[in-house]
Amino acid sequence: MSIFKEKRYVRVDVESKPEEGLWMKCKSCGDLLFKRRVKENNNICPNCGEYFFLTAMERVESLVDEGSFTDISKPIESNDPLMFVDSKPYSQRLDEAREATGLPDAIVVGRAQVEEIPIVLAVMDFRFIGGSMGSVMGEQICHGMETAVLDGVPFVLISSSGGARIQEGVFSLMQMAKTVTVRRRLADARLPFVSIMTYPTSGGVQASIASLGDVIIAERGTMIGFAGRRVIQSTLAKELPANYQTDAFALEHGGIDRVVNRDVLRGELAGVLSFFVGVKR
Amino acid sequence: MSDERTLDLLEAKIEELRSLNREDGIDLSGEIARLEKKLEGMRRELYSNLSDWERVRFARHPKRPYALDYIGAVFSDFYELHGDRIVGDDPALLTGLARLDDRPVVILGQQKGRSTEENQLRFFGMTRPHGYRKARRALLLAERFSFPVITLIDTPGAYPGVEAEELNVGCAIAENLLTMSALRTPIVSLVIGEGGSGGALAIGVADRVLMLENAIYSVISPEAAASIVWRDKERMKDAAVALNLTAPHLAELGLIDTVIDEPLGGAHRDFQATTENVRSELLRHVEELAELPVNELVAARYERYRNVGRFRTITDGD
Repeated sequence: MSIFKEKRYVRVDVESKPEEGLWMKCKSCGDLLFKRRVKENNNICPNCGEYFFLTAMERVESLVDEGSFTDISKPIESNDPLMFVDSKPYSQRLDEAREATGLPDAIVVGRAQVEEIPIVLAVMDFRFIGGSMGSVMGEQICHGMETAVLDGVPFVLISSSGGARIQEGVFSLMQMAKTVTVRRRLADARLPFVSIMTYPTSGGVQASIASLGDVIIAERGTMIGFAGRRVIQSTLAKELPANYQTDAFALEHGGIDRVVNRDVLRGELAGVLSFFVGVKR
Repeated sequence: MSDERTLDLLEAKIEELRSLNREDGIDLSGEIARLEKKLEGMRRELYSNLSDWERVRFARHPKRPYALDYIGAVFSDFYELHGDRIVGDDPALLTGLARLDDRPVVILGQQKGRSTEENQLRFFGMTRPHGYRKARRALLLAERFSFPVITLIDTPGAYPGVEAEELNVGCAIAENLLTMSALRTPIVSLVIGEGGSGGALAIGVADRVLMLENAIYSVISPEAAASIVWRDKERMKDAAVALNLTAPHLAELGLIDTVIDEPLGGAHRDFQATTENVRSELLRHVEELAELPVNELVAARYERYRNVGRFRTITDGD
């Protein structure tokens, strides 16, 4: 990756909240880690290199030029169109997710710059009901693409989603069609769409907008696929290959363009976007 | 449906009495009339006010008419086109040319098997990536010659398997959505049985979406929803209710355009009546859409999908 300028990540301000515990255990190597240190390291284990989840805002901060991000998300939230109740009411799930994340839904949309190239980006947050796509996420993705068309800039989507949101039924299913329908506007305007797949990119998100990038980049360690491992195992009752639905599997079978380490993702994104700067529209 | 079996037994009994009446000249007409009245009452009791779960059972009923039944009864001169030109042919999704009245159309139809052997061939109607890619081929053919497209949806879902993931089924679905979203020819989709999630939507982006009365359309099967969000497989009946997956519910929510009536007892009880209803609805929609200039057609489809979804504006009180 030497063709790309090496840049250091944006340092993230960490408020010290000692009551939440200063230490965490790595789920991979079992090492006891100083949380602040992990956060400063892009949520990568300093010991074994394991990637931990990034929240949407942590992802934004790790990817774009410092101070360049403006949140342009539409001020909308789910109205629970089916008044869905499973083991608990969907409205309660939403409240809990809002409380836990400080977000109205599982996605943030904004304008930003990546090494001074202006873009519109939409970033999913897996903490919010598994990053699932319901009506709000569908609308926000479309809003992002439409803003990119208005601004005449590339669109970047960073997926982290288990798929369609069950609790909004067919409304969620239709967001696959909705986002794909609007995706064509970017093509009509000759604007590039870079799809970045992070852990996990699956189900209805993988089977719609995330798979339609002009360029598809996967972060190392992601899981990419349509039908979940459990679904396949219970349907077929047979063992799956060890690398099944991994980034390497997707690369080997031609589903994605590249696999990239988290710490060079930003340079990689800037590098690929630079090819499209100055394309005649 | 054990009650349905009682109906079948009663029907057989009446038939037996009828033949006795004919062959032996014994007058049983009084008894026959009494039983017929009883049968009619039982039918009404059983089939009016179906629960959502009962509709799920109907949608998957082993006797339910499948795509090929409609292709044979509603259309003429079906000329099947095979293969995606890359990997192979998928017998779980049929494509071909046919005539609706005298109008050439392109048909995409998801096909389940009747027998065990046929289901081994057709994977129980679960479409594989080359099925979706064959469908895309047929869609582009339709566009090239301005033939309306009719899609018959009936699948538990896309086939989940290692091979399907290797061939990137998710991307195959996504590309079909993209192709259908701006295809410059009319598209009418009809859910005849099971509309299983993305595997169904992959041939379901359309100008008009119709459903048979006892068909279902869902983001996830009630069984899978029960095991994922209730964490209890046995709660599928509750999941069926919560998902709003029946045709009447989806019409009420504005997610589909038309519910096509089925005869009492389901499409298979009187296939001829079902066929008549399907034919007249398909004709009506295709004729209406064929009248529209293609730019208007595509613009209307764009608006339809751009605006699908429900949410509210966040107010300061929240």
